[in-house]
Amino acid sequence: MTLALTIGTEYYLALSALLFTIGAGGLLVRRNPLIMFMCIELMLNAANLAFVSFGKEMGDLGGQLSVLFVLVVAAAEVVIGLAIVVAVMRRRPKASIDEVSVLRG
Amino acid sequence: MEAVTFFIAALIAVAGACGVVFLKNPVHAALSLVATLFGVAIHFINLEAYFLAVVQVIVYAGAIVILFLFVIMLLGVDRAESMETDPIIGQRQIALLATVGLLILGTLIGVAFSGDVTGIPPIEAQQSTFDGGLVIDNGSIDEGIPPQQNIKEIGRGLFSTRYVFALEITALLLTIGVVGAVVLTRRPKSALDPLPDEEPSAIMRNSEEELAETPSEIEETPTEETGKSDTENLSNEESEVIGE
Repeated sequence: MTLALTIGTEYYLALSALLFTIGAGGLLVRRNPLIMFMCIELMLNAANLAFVSFGKEMGDLGGQLSVLFVLVVAAAEVVIGLAIVVAVMRRRPKASIDEVSVLRG
Repeated sequence: MEAVTFFIAALIAVAGACGVVFLKNPVHAALSLVATLFGVAIHFINLEAYFLAVVQVIVYAGAIVILFLFVIMLLGVDRAESMETDPIIGQRQIALLATVGLLILGTLIGVAFSGDVTGIPPIEAQQSTFDGGLVIDNGSIDEGIPPQQNIKEIGRGLFSTRYVFALEITALLLTIGVVGAVVLTRRPKSALDPLPDEEPSAIMRNSEEELAETPSEIEETPTEETGKSDTENLSNEESEVIGE
């Protein structure tokens, strides 16, 4: 029965929505900056999945190309974000994002 | 067969995502993130985006997560996050409620299954003149194309007139990223100003020990050259090694 089931775009979109919601919820709940970055990665991955599934639905390569650009932006964002985290956590080693309420070293 | 693959990969991805959110140790969360990324890579293969699946594993799991782990180990923040001190009163409860509300609100999912959001049905999309705005010649993904063809088409698409400007902006962005990371993590030569005594986030300091710890940190920082405690010696040696 399961073998006869064809997986359409809507299944991928539902999974993408679920992943995005989990990521957004984690971003709200967690206070560790590193885990918050990981949740951002989750949301970007959900968006990537939606891009690729739409691209297949439309028969368009643009979805996959957009994913490449999202990938680059995610990499740059992680590099800069982690550099800021390293610079801040050197002075305030408590690993909570609320320590950074004052934006100085 | 595609259905079986889909559900297994979806299970892996969702379980990993839940692990990222709910595991307390950042190292475990990073490993869960790897599971999610692999699940999404399987979905990419299912969707015939072979090149992206490989890139997903190499760039995300191989580079970004490793970077996360490096920072976790470097900072020594791999201890469990204290869940009982709420920065804002009731923040976590409100956030959980909002998340559950978002899920229930899941009109996203509902609308997706109603078929409105997916636009033109696939059969019509292939027959109609809708080209998705892509300028290149054979930019469409037909069924059953071999992986080599996928890579070739992605390369051709990236350097088509539509995307080549974005590609160059991407190169600029990566350059800014490299320079920014070096500038941000460089140790300042002069000692920084002491931290302010009264911080706005004083609500979260609920225990006496934390109140006792904070002033000592402030006093240590400006007297870097006169008072030589163990940690400062260590940091000076480190900076000398880096300077050499």
